[in-house]
Amino acid sequence: MTKRIRATQVRRGAMLLIALVVLAGCWELYKLVIPDDGVKLGSSLILPRSDDASMPHLSEIFKVFGQQEVAGGSGGTVLSSVINALWYSLRLAAAGFAVGVAIGFLLALAMQRLRIVERALLPYVVLSQTIPLIALAPLVYGWSGNLSLFGLEWKPWMSVSVIAAYLAFFPVAIGALRGLASPPPVQTELLACYAASWWQTLLHLRLPASIPYLIPALKLAAAAAVVGTIVAEISIGLQGGIGRLIITYAQQATGDPARVYAPIIGAAVMGLVAVGLISLLDVALRRYHTQEATV
Amino acid sequence: MSAPAAVTLEAIGKRFGDGPGAVQALTGIDLTVGAGEFVSLIGPSGCGKSTLLRIVANLIEPTEGSVQVNGKPARRARLDQDYGIAFQQAGLLEWRTVQGNVELPLALHGLDRGARRAQALELLDLVGLADFAGHRPSQLSGGMQQRVAIARALARRPALLLMDEPFGALDEMTRERMQSELIRICAETGAAVVFVTHSIPEAVFLSQRVVVMSPRPGRITHVVDIPLTARDEDTREAEEFFGAITEVREALRGRTKVEDEP
Amino acid sequence: MRTGAVWGGRIFKGIWPPLIFGVAFIALWQWFVDARNVKPYVLPKPSAIWEQLREHHSTILSAAWTTGQNALVGLAIGLVVGVLAALLAARLRALDDALTPLAAAMAAIPIVALTPIFNTMFASTSSTPRRLVVAIYVFFPIFVNTLRGLRQIDPVHAELMRSYAASPWTTTKVVRLPGALPFFFTGLKIASSGAVIAAIVSEYFGGLQKGLGPAITSAAAASAYPRAWALVTAAIALGLAFYIVAVLAERLAMPWQRPEGAVS
Repeated sequence: MTKRIRATQVRRGAMLLIALVVLAGCWELYKLVIPDDGVKLGSSLILPRSDDASMPHLSEIFKVFGQQEVAGGSGGTVLSSVINALWYSLRLAAAGFAVGVAIGFLLALAMQRLRIVERALLPYVVLSQTIPLIALAPLVYGWSGNLSLFGLEWKPWMSVSVIAAYLAFFPVAIGALRGLASPPPVQTELLACYAASWWQTLLHLRLPASIPYLIPALKLAAAAAVVGTIVAEISIGLQGGIGRLIITYAQQATGDPARVYAPIIGAAVMGLVAVGLISLLDVALRRYHTQEATV
Repeated sequence: MSAPAAVTLEAIGKRFGDGPGAVQALTGIDLTVGAGEFVSLIGPSGCGKSTLLRIVANLIEPTEGSVQVNGKPARRARLDQDYGIAFQQAGLLEWRTVQGNVELPLALHGLDRGARRAQALELLDLVGLADFAGHRPSQLSGGMQQRVAIARALARRPALLLMDEPFGALDEMTRERMQSELIRICAETGAAVVFVTHSIPEAVFLSQRVVVMSPRPGRITHVVDIPLTARDEDTREAEEFFGAITEVREALRGRTKVEDEP
Repeated sequence: MRTGAVWGGRIFKGIWPPLIFGVAFIALWQWFVDARNVKPYVLPKPSAIWEQLREHHSTILSAAWTTGQNALVGLAIGLVVGVLAALLAARLRALDDALTPLAAAMAAIPIVALTPIFNTMFASTSSTPRRLVVAIYVFFPIFVNTLRGLRQIDPVHAELMRSYAASPWTTTKVVRLPGALPFFFTGLKIASSGAVIAAIVSEYFGGLQKGLGPAITSAAAASAYPRAWALVTAAIALGLAFYIVAVLAERLAMPWQRPEGAVS
């Protein structure tokens, strides 16, 4: 890595920290300056309320993690609840991610192999992400307990993973297609001179060439899988996941307003962890590319 | 009655970077281009001819020496818009029409709409593209785009045209046609031209003098006079044309012979 | 110049594979539900969904209208703030350094999860939390893409502008801004459909019960599956409408990108 890139990264990291500190400062400043009931324009609020119920102090939010889940109970701290829920959701997201990536990649292979498949399916692939199929989540949930797929009973968590897979497959399909089609004619013609089969060309040329496109696509897919998991959990109300935890604590907000921040922060962490894992994969595959190709 | 020299270069040197990794691109360049004169810069890749052109255009500052354009320092000349420039890529703005592209330098320096339009059409007429004023750049071929770029370079009626291999991306036939066009345009406008090129026949066909440069660090090794009696289609097959080409080629090679000596 | 007939022919050629695929898909779906006796809670028939659409079209439309409004307001806010931020970040290095990694981090975070926080900040009977979530969701693709467009400039254009002794502002106005338009529209296409998705998802977090999200959940809870699917179809249509408007806006704003015939 050149000195310049390293310097830019350090500068960016520092600026990010400064930005977060500034944001934290703004939070507290807002609480100090703006009246408790917020700022109204006519009859509607344009600036949010700043009382402790609506905007807890940052210190309160930090304290929440150490609180007992159930006051005086034996359960465990909020932090442990959040971590358990995160672990649960992360596995669902991983399952959805795996399925989505597999489907996306196979779709890309089919589209690269057969032009007619690309022409027929690509518009739908693109459109699939413009339409809020996530609205289907409650309906997909209705399958649980009532549907058997290949002898396997449909469990509620599968609905969540399906949504995650749906959101994850698109970036992979597009990124993989671009990557597989990326080698210039001079290289594809070379392999044709060697009488290489489509499969050999795939293995020796197209797959390695697609890595710079796959890495950013996988990052997008990981983030999408996390978002899909959490949102699906919320719309289904799946027990055990971080989404459900957010809803639960939100309902308790009148009693303990700061508590809902804990799983939300946890959800953010989950997203960052997912993308971070892909970055590790990126490092492992450095041999095949020096720079990511912007999709 | 005599106009100032179009370009005066004295002891120009250019070094990129500092310390052990520094690259001496140009050294000891002395050159004068008279008003209305057509001069080509030719030399192998890396000899610094494009760098020299950019120094004249005040897009790069020289490390040593002084450069005057139209009797003024280069920076003043650029601010006063005393020259027009054309690059190897036409560099037309794809969101403007052909006419809009030619109007660009006029608009930037305050000409009002009516005057702009009239002048742009006049210039397009000069390069033979008046019928395409309303087209988009993407609808024109490479040669036509370059003609628009040349029209644009002439927008402010400059006394000096700077051209950096403008025909380099074109095929041979189009190239020859464009060279003839350029000769005609220069005769009509009376502008001096500093023309960078790789091609010996092109340099000979177009210029009154050909400046031969050596590889890095670039210096002027020869200046070849090209006293052709005419510069038209017949010239390309004339004895004197081939004679001049040979002279320039020998000059380019002559430098190589010198390097072979111990 | 190629005539409209040839251009029309090209569109037709591009349309028939996906069109045929779509029609075949729906026909297969209809047949499958009947032939395998699939229960409505798994997958209703297309014809049943159509029935529901016609029967309840007024309620469906009003729910779609509410959601659409939220999406539109959020989109407008996120758009304006995103473009302004990109313009500023293109000029001020420090802002760029702070916002760009933040944007990268936010791409990994489920922004809709912020809805409960906004629900408490504002009255739970206001639409503002949802609009705010949409605005934040829209801000990032607009900001990232517009900034990318503003930062890149063709070196030939840069040199040309310098040769004209043009001021930085003039260069921005004449070259960078028009050059950034394609990038802006890439961001807009992502953001416009995303706005509808974010609007619907934020409706799942409680608060006002108007809008497509709550309508779908209540229909599912009442086991009125064809109606629920009809509402989903409305949601799909809404998302498509936003996307198509963005594509049309792109075509209108950048007429020079139409691939017309070239002259030699």
